Amino acid sequence: MVTRVGMEVSLALADAVKLTQPDVIAAYPITPQTHIVEHLAELVADGELDAEYMPVESEHSAMSACVGASAAGARTFTATSSQGLALMVEVVYVAAPMRLPIVMAVANRALSAPLSIWPDHSDMMSVRDTGWIQIITENGQQAVDNTICSFRIAEDQRVLLPVMVHLDGFTLTHVVEPIIFPEQDAVNRFLPRNRFPLPLNPDRPVAMGEFAPPFIFTETKWAQEVNLRNSKKVITQVWEEFDKAFGRKYTPVEKYHSDGAKVLIMTMGSSGETASVAIDELRDEGMNVGQIRLRLWRPFPFEELREAVKDADVLIVMDRALSFGGPGGPFASEVKAALYNQSKKPKIVSYVISLGGRDVTVSGFKDIIRKGVEIAEKGSKNEYEIYGVKE
Amino acid sequence: MAKSESEMTWKDLEIGNIVTEPGSARVYESGTWRSQRPTYDFKKCIKCGLCALYCPEGCIGPDKDGYFEANMYYCKGCGICARECWPRVIKMVEEVE
Repeated sequence: MVTRVGMEVSLALADAVKLTQPDVIAAYPITPQTHIVEHLAELVADGELDAEYMPVESEHSAMSACVGASAAGARTFTATSSQGLALMVEVVYVAAPMRLPIVMAVANRALSAPLSIWPDHSDMMSVRDTGWIQIITENGQQAVDNTICSFRIAEDQRVLLPVMVHLDGFTLTHVVEPIIFPEQDAVNRFLPRNRFPLPLNPDRPVAMGEFAPPFIFTETKWAQEVNLRNSKKVITQVWEEFDKAFGRKYTPVEKYHSDGAKVLIMTMGSSGETASVAIDELRDEGMNVGQIRLRLWRPFPFEELREAVKDADVLIVMDRALSFGGPGGPFASEVKAALYNQSKKPKIVSYVISLGGRDVTVSGFKDIIRKGVEIAEKGSKNEYEIYGVKE
Repeated sequence: MAKSESEMTWKDLEIGNIVTEPGSARVYESGTWRSQRPTYDFKKCIKCGLCALYCPEGCIGPDKDGYFEANMYYCKGCGICARECWPRVIKMVEEVE
């Protein structure tokens, strides 16, 4: 029997990790990720989860321990947020080219300074080029499902890459939502054992993370790039198989009333659900508007994105991070880059919103969409708009 | 033996660039870094082997007559052997084409 329970999303994500039966969890607590790792520590201490829980002294150590465990062939999980992700980033870069299938939940939170414990996507964007697969979730169910999918994707022999599951801090991690939990047997059928092809093994010695002189370094980076780009096909396949097994489907670019819509708002993360309510209300008022939600940030779904926006006249792209002194929001910047060489392309309006946890409500999104259309028609001297800043 | 530097392509790399063959660094010709090379006046050599002990590359060993000499495939020309050789057998000279 599939059960539906009301549960805090952090605890649900930890229970999803339990269903995947990891061998090693190494983590350091940081707001707003804390409940995820606290609950996992509790599950291990209570004997409900047969895993090695390593309470390390920092996030740098957490990721280092994960690299070692994963290199030995262990199914490995960690979770972090913001400053913690920033501290571990040296080792985050190491995991992908070493092809280690680590899964990490990232409770998105603003980076200091000034100190903020509230959500935005500056931490997520800071690790954009680390070579990890990055999946973005909007609600608790998506976080649970994609945690399970992430292990399957990461450990697939055609992929063998680390995966981040992003969920917005507090607005997702700390809310109680109805969650449908898959059964253990079904997860076991969906997720085969981790079989890393060349694990650390005294009987068959290997050297990992070795020195690459200039004559071969470019080749190692190209191999990494080809591998990450090719992973998109497997990610899509895993999502299709998840749909067959559990009845919930995910795609790299998800559409909401977008077919035939002339104006599209593009979102990533939890605020996308608020934007959807704004779309409903504007459509009731007669506006031909739809929504695109990005599920996959890396590898970036170029083809799917171009297909999804091909009939639109205006794209209004929402970013919860700012590239200082640059083009504005990273998401808008990449959407522009993906469409620049297309013969027919929509006008693109970039909005930076919701930094450090400031809510944008339904009426806020309606305001953004109306203003965005106006900017698209009249043009703007700004590279991007920042929403709601007090003048 | 692994493929040579010029033969290796990105498709020849193991998953995660894992090295499965022990001693694979032996193919790497660090001798190309050299701007000076050691020369020897073996008449002064007492075969003490200090040069071999101090060589950071580990590329110095005795020849068939017991005189110590660097393997020029690996010698980077650092000159540490010449500095440590107290009988002054070894002298560094500019590497010329």
